[in-house]
Amino acid sequence: MDEAYIYVKPENFKKACLYFHEKLNSPVVMMFACDERRKNKCFRIYCVFMGIKYKKWVFVAMDTAEPAPGFESIAKDIYSAGLFEREIKEMFGILPEGNPDLRSLRLHDEVWPEGYYPLRKDFNVPESSGAENKEYVFNKVEGEGVFEVPVGPVHAGIIPPGHFRFSVAGEPVIHLEARLGWTHRGVEKLFEGKDVDSGARFSECVAGDSAFANSNAFCHAVEKICRIDAPEKAMFLRAMFLELERMYNHLSGIGGIAIDVGFSFPAMYASVMKETLLRLNEKLTGSRYLKGVNIIGGVSLDLTVWKKKALLKALEAMEKDFKELKKMLYSSVSFMDRLDGTGVLKKKTAEDLGVLGLAARASGIEKDLRKDFPGIYGKIKFNAAKGHSGDVMARLNIRLSEFEESMNLVKQFVDKIAAGNVDFQNKIEFTCGAGLGYVEAWRGPLLYWIKLNKSGVIERCKIVDPSFHNWEGLCYSALGNIIPDFPVCNKSFDLSYSGNDL
Amino acid sequence: MINMLKNRIIKGVVAEPLKEDLEIEKLGAELKSLIHKKFGRSFYIREVDTSSCNACESEIIAATNPIYDIHRFGVSFVASPRHADGLLVTGPVSRNMRVALKKTYEAMPDPKFVITCGDCALDGGVFKDSYYVENGVKNVLPVNAHIPGCPPNPAAIIKAILVFLKK
Repeated sequence: MDEAYIYVKPENFKKACLYFHEKLNSPVVMMFACDERRKNKCFRIYCVFMGIKYKKWVFVAMDTAEPAPGFESIAKDIYSAGLFEREIKEMFGILPEGNPDLRSLRLHDEVWPEGYYPLRKDFNVPESSGAENKEYVFNKVEGEGVFEVPVGPVHAGIIPPGHFRFSVAGEPVIHLEARLGWTHRGVEKLFEGKDVDSGARFSECVAGDSAFANSNAFCHAVEKICRIDAPEKAMFLRAMFLELERMYNHLSGIGGIAIDVGFSFPAMYASVMKETLLRLNEKLTGSRYLKGVNIIGGVSLDLTVWKKKALLKALEAMEKDFKELKKMLYSSVSFMDRLDGTGVLKKKTAEDLGVLGLAARASGIEKDLRKDFPGIYGKIKFNAAKGHSGDVMARLNIRLSEFEESMNLVKQFVDKIAAGNVDFQNKIEFTCGAGLGYVEAWRGPLLYWIKLNKSGVIERCKIVDPSFHNWEGLCYSALGNIIPDFPVCNKSFDLSYSGNDL
Repeated sequence: MINMLKNRIIKGVVAEPLKEDLEIEKLGAELKSLIHKKFGRSFYIREVDTSSCNACESEIIAATNPIYDIHRFGVSFVASPRHADGLLVTGPVSRNMRVALKKTYEAMPDPKFVITCGDCALDGGVFKDSYYVENGVKNVLPVNAHIPGCPPNPAAIIKAILVFLKK
């Protein structure tokens, strides 16, 4: 197993977290609570670090009991824990003592009364809505000539809702704060009480543009708990579909960056390519967004001979189109000039904020689960993309080179797929336990921590989408730019609202 | 520039007649004149996401790409509700979005229509009875038409909008 659990006394919790934070050189990748009052009469709090060198996920855990559950905040020492602590506070009513910022993230005060904590097991839906006159307090910048520009939650384009508060002095943005949570649907609570099969289907609705990655991480977690070995062929198929998902999303991102600076021809070109890929997905699986493919113990379908042919043919055409697209983008000087030096996120800032995935790689942090925890990727040749300047240009370059690498990977996976079963042939025997499922989705590492009881019913499901780490990074990258450049910064990060808000 | 021109000529027109239903094309032609009369040239739609998973948005955007090209029927998406004739709503309506959705609706000039898109916009779908959703748009606004699917594909979206407009 690649998980290590370390139980500490509450007074040692902070010390232990700081130790692993430094030793493993890892941000807090996950921090959550679990209501175990029925069994152990306490809440358990986990703080998770990624130990790349040791190929281990380190869980530091402690217990806290009623009547006044709480723990010593680590947010002042490890910035990346801050948002997680706010989440624990609002979902469980467990107080992170010493955290300077305890505003709610998702349960907005305007519509949610105080004292109701949804992820507690004895939670009842409140009859009343919150106090209407209560208002969210944004961090304020004051001074002569400083004014605020509120944007959202409903935006001009066909995109999900989020509120952004810009403080500007003249043209440049000097402060940006995002208020999210508008698409909160109570996903983690809805997982509780589901059996694993319907859980796998439900996980596809957490974030529509990474439906496959979500169900993949979910199945990975369940398979780890129940000690199921999915056949190698299924693993290759999963990795192949994961790369296909990455490809269509990167195309939509590349096109989005072009259209946000007013370069519409390549954007349309990319959208035609994206449509081709979505249709290919439909041909291969029956679903444009690869839904219904992952099942516990494998995948639900095989790559037949004619499907394989269609896939390879489509890839060949895609390669040609992609070369043209790249040429178009790189040969426009004004386009390149617009992206170069826009929305810079420095490596040090990214490290401190705990930014992960695509955005981190563009800033020079070389972390990629496909390389660090390879699994099936260890059996093929994989080159992780590298960047260093951290601007929109770097993020575009990362996406372009990841797209090329993905085409390469899909071909390698197709070659490796041989005859054999695609799913687990034996009856699944459920065991009581918990496990972490992870996958490098196209935005970055997507984590599912699941706790099952012995009849295979989900007791707790914690999801961390890479967007949860990266929104802060976006807010920093916009500083010093003008507001009209914000859309292109936003698109270059391409973060998920629904995955973040859950 | 030369690159683009070359590509433009090689690719040609990629917009394709919707294979599943040739009648859509007919319907579209018929409607073009109808929209012209009723709405003065174009039917403008404002899209609002009330906490969908983003797959519906992706498909709505796909309906505007050169292959489906919903614009050719005289239907376009606009940035402001003040310019809109219709509201296209996705998602089960979270508590947070309830007020924002209502305000968007109120900002639209009369006559106005509400079309819901995707299974969860109908009754909450997979998110039904969660503590934070309103179980569908119909509990917040009067709904005129619904597009089923999770997510509905672009052809279905275009067809549903056209069929609704004909009514």
